[in-house]
Amino acid sequence: MDKAADKISPMQEFLLGIKGELPILLGVTPFGMIYGVLATSAGLAVWDAQAMSSVVFAGSSQFMLVQLVNLGAPVIMMIITGFIINLRHALYSASVAPYVRHLSPLWKFILTYLLTDEAYAVAIMHYQDKSGSKNKHWFLLGAGLTLWSCWQLSTAAGIFLGAQVPPNWGLDFTLALTFIALAVPAINDKASFLSSLSAGLAALLTRGLPFKLNLIAAALVGITVGLWSERR
Amino acid sequence: MSEIWIVMLSVGVLTFLTRLSFIYLLDKLQPPEVVPRALRFVPVAVLTAIFIPELGLQNGELMLSLENIRLVAGIIAVLVAWRTKSALWTIGVGMVSFWALTWLMGAIASSL
Repeated sequence: MDKAADKISPMQEFLLGIKGELPILLGVTPFGMIYGVLATSAGLAVWDAQAMSSVVFAGSSQFMLVQLVNLGAPVIMMIITGFIINLRHALYSASVAPYVRHLSPLWKFILTYLLTDEAYAVAIMHYQDKSGSKNKHWFLLGAGLTLWSCWQLSTAAGIFLGAQVPPNWGLDFTLALTFIALAVPAINDKASFLSSLSAGLAALLTRGLPFKLNLIAAALVGITVGLWSERR
Repeated sequence: MSEIWIVMLSVGVLTFLTRLSFIYLLDKLQPPEVVPRALRFVPVAVLTAIFIPELGLQNGELMLSLENIRLVAGIIAVLVAWRTKSALWTIGVGMVSFWALTWLMGAIASSL
């Protein structure tokens, strides 16, 4: 283990986490704003729309929920849909579990709440690099709080600006671009390349599944192909 | 309590429990040897599975043609991400490509 890396202080890790998350905000901010616009135009009260961003705190399910509100869907249908769309977070949970094992329940509680796609993706790259810092949970905290703040502020901006956000600018495309920016640099060998490729293909082939379950199916295909290709 | 709050609190709690699931479980039990090796592929597999349908599908249908602006701009963004590993460049170039292609398609359509 690297002696220098051991000495990275909690505060340094925290700041590195903020710094690591900042570029991602370019893609997250427009997405949060669009959520704010959609939520209010679906008829949600300003405070309800804002509260969802911290109570649920998961972008794609929030989008789906406000669409279902708009359609007048039954409550139970909305709960089940929101729950299933967020099932992928169980994979993130498994992925960070070995790294947070030694932490106190309070730390686990806070990091669990902050375990969104974008904070997870940035932090797991940091966890997986070879430096042996013992304070990497501070990195996840920094990245998570940065994303959380951005999500609240961009929601508020969307609610406030409302119809002034031009719909024909295609700003929702920043979501796809954000995930490209997170996924592609994580491909660093043949096994991870094949894992990515097969997951992408599987997501298209299983597109007919309800509740975006194609995402879970594709992730499992990608993980299996990755393992298989590593074996050979 | 209004209906929307029942939905928000339920989905919020269920999402939290989903995020907690394995952080809690892997504390209590020893996972089989294959699990740590499988977990290495979680980021690439899940993140790719999220963005590919955003590029290749329109209204739930497969749309693999040059007329699909999101697909073309997305491929450009993938190349930028691969070369630069920079989120700023990837999102910036991807969005500018998207706008340029939208304009170009409009110009072509109006000249026909």
